[in-house]
Amino acid sequence: MTQHEETPEEHEHEHHIVSPMIYVIIGAALLVLTGTTVWASYQEWGVFNPIAALGIAVLKAVLVVLFFMHVKYSTKLTKLTVGAGFFTFLVLIGMTLADYFTRAWGRW
Amino acid sequence: MSDSTATAHGAAAAHHEHPPYQRHHFETYAQQNDATNFAMWLFLLTEIMFFGGLFTAYLIYRNWYYPAFVQGSHQLQIGWGTANTAVLITSSFTMAMGVWSAEMRKKGALVLCLVLTFTLGLIFLGIKTIEYSEKIEKHHVPGFHYSVQSFVDPSSDPEVYNEYHDKPLPLDMARHTELYFFLYFAMTGMHALHMIIGIAILGFMIFRARAGAYTTGHVTFVENFGLYWHFVDIVWIFLFPLLYLISRHQ
Amino acid sequence: MSDTIISLPDQSTARIPKMNYLTKENGLLSWLLTGDHKRIAILYLISISFFFFIGGSLAGLIRLELLTPQSDLMATDTYNKVFSMHGIIMVFFFLVPSVPATIGNFFIPMMVGAKDLALPKINLLSWYLYIAAGILAIYTMASGGVDTGWTFTTPLSTHYVNTHVLTTGMAVFIAGFSSIFTGLNFIVTIHKMRAPGMTWFRLPLFVWSHYAASILMVLGTPVLAIAIVLVALERTVGIGVFDPTKGGDPLLFQHLFWFYSHPAVYIMILPGMGVISEVVSTFSRKRVFGYTAVAFSSVAIAVFGFFVWAHHMFIMGISNYAVLIFSLLTMLVAVPSAIKIFNWAFTLYKGSITFETPMLYAFGFMGLFTIGGMTGVFLGASGTDIHLTETYFIVAHFHFVMVGGMLMAFLAGIHFWWPKMTGRMYPEKISQLAAVVTFIGFNLTFFPQFILGTLGMPRRYASYPPEFQILNVFSTAGASVLGVGYLLPVLYLTWSLKYGEIAGSNPWQATGLEWQVQSPPLTENFPEIPIVDHEAYDYEWLERQKEKEVASVG
Repeated sequence: MTQHEETPEEHEHEHHIVSPMIYVIIGAALLVLTGTTVWASYQEWGVFNPIAALGIAVLKAVLVVLFFMHVKYSTKLTKLTVGAGFFTFLVLIGMTLADYFTRAWGRW
Repeated sequence: MSDSTATAHGAAAAHHEHPPYQRHHFETYAQQNDATNFAMWLFLLTEIMFFGGLFTAYLIYRNWYYPAFVQGSHQLQIGWGTANTAVLITSSFTMAMGVWSAEMRKKGALVLCLVLTFTLGLIFLGIKTIEYSEKIEKHHVPGFHYSVQSFVDPSSDPEVYNEYHDKPLPLDMARHTELYFFLYFAMTGMHALHMIIGIAILGFMIFRARAGAYTTGHVTFVENFGLYWHFVDIVWIFLFPLLYLISRHQ
Repeated sequence: MSDTIISLPDQSTARIPKMNYLTKENGLLSWLLTGDHKRIAILYLISISFFFFIGGSLAGLIRLELLTPQSDLMATDTYNKVFSMHGIIMVFFFLVPSVPATIGNFFIPMMVGAKDLALPKINLLSWYLYIAAGILAIYTMASGGVDTGWTFTTPLSTHYVNTHVLTTGMAVFIAGFSSIFTGLNFIVTIHKMRAPGMTWFRLPLFVWSHYAASILMVLGTPVLAIAIVLVALERTVGIGVFDPTKGGDPLLFQHLFWFYSHPAVYIMILPGMGVISEVVSTFSRKRVFGYTAVAFSSVAIAVFGFFVWAHHMFIMGISNYAVLIFSLLTMLVAVPSAIKIFNWAFTLYKGSITFETPMLYAFGFMGLFTIGGMTGVFLGASGTDIHLTETYFIVAHFHFVMVGGMLMAFLAGIHFWWPKMTGRMYPEKISQLAAVVTFIGFNLTFFPQFILGTLGMPRRYASYPPEFQILNVFSTAGASVLGVGYLLPVLYLTWSLKYGEIAGSNPWQATGLEWQVQSPPLTENFPEIPIVDHEAYDYEWLERQKEKEVASVG
């Protein structure tokens, strides 16, 4: 097996090059979602306000991760790595909050 | 000893035939690319966990001191925050286009995208500077003559009061606004620090890109920096609703 | 049947190979600017040994003070500083980097069949960060140290002490990044640089345990970093995050601190367990029993290790429900560790066991780690923890696992791989003596501390009720013996560099790619990347290799 210079086409087969159109669409979607989240914060949805805000933020983050950061086109290992990171992040937050939320529950 | 282990690829001959940007301990350029990309992702994992501590603190204190957090967030100007979010999203777009330009070996386009990203990054920091100086003027910086005046007597702050008509907070809850502002400064400050580092690296990259370093097929540096830049964008995507949009309808 | 498996080349004609990683380049800069993972490992070995002796001297001071019930050797404030610096140096500057940064750095590339780690420059940076952190820590010690305990508990560390919390915190922060970069490097190398044919399940278990420890390093250490940043902000600016008068919660610090520091104990022990797997297999001439179980249990320890941190906080004010959850999860995390002990025991069963020094340390490990681990289960049960926590029972528990366990594993590893790293054998008889002396000294030092703890002697106290003195005297006596046991290896290992027997490439007749190359190895490890076609611990394969080999001299 000999080494050879990779042309952009070969490079593309091994390593998917995302087309600029995708970036434009996703970028536009992110701006629209930003407007949406600002609008949502002025509505009176009670307990659903923070849920909506976080939900929109998560959706935006997912779009950036999948398309801008190419995870959609990446190996399983990359996807697993991203998942592991967010999982550990959620464990930190979730299990710490499990203490704080149950403090006021009083004695058994 | 080497009779007993087979050798790979008749390696001796191919050993010296690798592109100049491939390091010697890698067998192929693809392996090097794979490895450095994976390494960048692992570094981003450490960043997720680093910010994680601050998000944990935020969630706890917001839950405990919700009224203080609501009124604290009214002190932030939603216009600047939204503008900054748009700026960062656009800079992520230009960065992604930069990576594409490098992959397509378009030097001019790459330099343009990097310069745009750089500029947008500076705009972001500029807006943050405006916001921070406002906070400093109003004595809303924790630990530096922090003042609860705007919260025990909201009408003394007409800009904010005319929009939100907040009720005065009892003194102890008003004091907890200092925690909101600590989180505001710590989280946006840590984010800004990462932006500054990113902008500095962008400056270096613009210089190297103009020399053609990234448009000969070796795009790893641009790609991996792109990952860092998008990550910093994601952090802001969460900071914006958590700090600015807590409750604008009250 | 011989009572030793050591197989050395004919000493009258053997020579250290002229071309090896030590002789490749000369001069200070070739060491200080090296990218060679083996040289970096040696740099680390020297540095951590230096810090070990500083930490050990501090331990000596502690034991001297505790000879008498009164606080008479030093002021109580000074005693606080001594045990704090002892803990900080031993945990962050010795235990965490011990096996990974030395033996791991040296051998993981060879074990996977690569020429170097994936990121050699990051590897070197890692060492420089360690040195910077170490210098800062020594400076802090020299200018008065810190007295908060290695745990920096708030609000003591943020509001009540006047000592060098900030600089020590900075040192730990920097050392943390050293650790992160080492772990990151290992994960990338193990995933992306395995030689052809080296599948995951052909890797030595040493590699699996480092993989698990590296995951912990990468995901856990940043949380320690942010905890330190928050302490620094609280101390300097007074932001209120841990200040009850401003609405903050001191316990938040502990959540963030222990979120790292519990996985940290697994960062410390997993690499040692990897060493034990290699040593037990080699000195029983038998493949490790239940390879898959040992491999998966390493990863299980890493994953579950993230779910149990609040068992360090049972009495601190967390909710009863949190106590319940964390106590239950702690019971779970003990299981994978126990699985390993069983697997090593079954490896020994019907093996051809010989008692060279690494094996002596491994036996010590298995016994002492089991005791330490079991006492951990007592502490994980919240009911007993309420009585035993903050007493000498805890001190004994963690010294059994860390010193009786990890330090013995480190010494086992150093002795096992010494011939490969240096090309020379250490003197067997005196090293076996040192191992036995260490074992005796260790038990005499730390077993009485279990009793002291159950009797109620609190930890971190310079003075204690007189009825505890006799046990403390035993403990201090043991510490003196232990000190001798640790000093001996420094002396004879240094001696062996010049006068040790030439080891040849495989004195232990071990499997593993690192034993199939010369000792000391070439800078590029392998003349050509090997193709792996045999399983791990395949002693039959090794027999066939020997048959094929032409006996060579030197």
